[in-house]
Amino acid sequence: MITFEHVSKHYGEGQRPALAEVTLEIAKGEFVFLVGPSGSGKSTFLRLVLKEEKPSSGTVQVAGRDVGRLRSWRVPALRRQIGVVFQDFRLLGDKTVYENVAFALQVLGKPRHVIAHTVPEVLQLVGLEGKGKRRPHELSGGEQQRVAIARAFVNRPAILLADEPTGNLDPTTSIGIMKLLDRINRTGTTIVMATHDADIVDQMRKRVVELLDGRVVRDEDRGVYGSSR
Amino acid sequence: MRVGFVLSEMGIGLRRNLSMAISVILVTMVSLFFFGAALLVQSQVQTMKGFWYDKVQVSVYLCGELDDSPRCIDGAVTQSQRDAILETLETGPLDPYVDRVFYESSQQAYERFIEQFEDSAITENVTPDVLPESFRVKLADPTKYQVIAEQLANTAGVERVQDDHRILDPLFAALDAATYVALVLAGLMLLCAVLLVSTTIRLTAFSRRREIGIMRLVGASRWIIQLPFVLEGVLATLLGAALASTALWVIVDRGLGQLSSGRELQVRLIDTTDVLQQLPYLFGLGIAVAVLASLISLHRWLRI
Repeated sequence: MITFEHVSKHYGEGQRPALAEVTLEIAKGEFVFLVGPSGSGKSTFLRLVLKEEKPSSGTVQVAGRDVGRLRSWRVPALRRQIGVVFQDFRLLGDKTVYENVAFALQVLGKPRHVIAHTVPEVLQLVGLEGKGKRRPHELSGGEQQRVAIARAFVNRPAILLADEPTGNLDPTTSIGIMKLLDRINRTGTTIVMATHDADIVDQMRKRVVELLDGRVVRDEDRGVYGSSR
Repeated sequence: MRVGFVLSEMGIGLRRNLSMAISVILVTMVSLFFFGAALLVQSQVQTMKGFWYDKVQVSVYLCGELDDSPRCIDGAVTQSQRDAILETLETGPLDPYVDRVFYESSQQAYERFIEQFEDSAITENVTPDVLPESFRVKLADPTKYQVIAEQLANTAGVERVQDDHRILDPLFAALDAATYVALVLAGLMLLCAVLLVSTTIRLTAFSRRREIGIMRLVGASRWIIQLPFVLEGVLATLLGAALASTALWVIVDRGLGQLSSGRELQVRLIDTTDVLQQLPYLFGLGIAVAVLASLISLHRWLRI
């Protein structure tokens, strides 16, 4: 589903590369943790998958597309296959929960009846049934992240990228979010989650890819956060 | 669905930047007003030229009883002098330059004068004998006035030769100058409009960066992200064009309309049909401004 071959990314001349010669393959339906200290290249990895950045060298393939060579007008089609969740939720404060989720479908031009049908369904999936009329500031952090996940997943993307989704949440709430992501993963969605949260990684026992200074230093199935913290 | 969405996004953008939208509307209005005024002045000039150039172009005034100019020392023009002048014009060396010749007696000149100034007190002091008789010459080529003037200058019985174009030229020159001033002002204001639209787009893009960020992430196509911005600018400039057209219409209809109503003017003044004819240019230019500004600023501020 996601293939990196000898991918390097330099942001500026003379600077240390953000990613160096990364070769990695993530299969359809996998759940992968990206771990490593700040500045190790986790975010750059996610940005390359989204084509927010172009690789300096090497090839990035996502869902069968060579992302590095993708024409800019085809980028939206790529991003429709990818859902993204962030640490800071990125909800629209002037829209209700329902409208926030519906927004993702509206901008893709989905018909009204499809939206009316799909949004309650996905709100139920993330455990927010009955809260559609609330505004983000009336919700707890965990609930806000569930809205963000609902928005990322409402279009049924093949891939879900999560950049420190539990970074702002307490441990109990984080576990709830992880259970939700696990449930989404079981529907066949490939999940790549960048995180600093050792407890979660250790509990989930999923594939762990550790980055350090832009290089892959560890890649194990059913791994733990590791000793390098 | 998409259309509704794009329109509602545009509405949100306009409301958030209401003051900017108003300034875009006003600047566009003023610039298009100047532009339209320039076009109207030119169409008036064309009408006037068409009217006057079609009429008599050179007047050959003949000596009268009371003329005290040095050329008329011998008194009023005689019949033989009159015939000689007419012959020079119609069959003599000047024939190739002359299209037609009309004779206007003092009496006819007087009647025309009375008709022209019918409401004025000046008519009371004028009698036929102070108005010179003349030959009105229509030239085959209006630019060849000088040939006639030279040929007839020293002919006996001719008081003076007057090119009627020369009287009108300063008027046309003044109107042309007014046109250029209006066009320069219009150009400057249009530049302001482009910059304002582009600044507005930049501000809107900034104030809506969260929405735009999410739209990009979920894979909204470029046009659904950018179209509301373009339409916002187009709508504002179209409103400006509509206001400019209304202002021009009112001025032409009320101002010039009042001037010409109930009066027998020699020249047709421009009217509201002329304004109607300019509308496509005004609106077209307005749209061009908005689209140009959008293209510049979308490229800079709204990359996918």
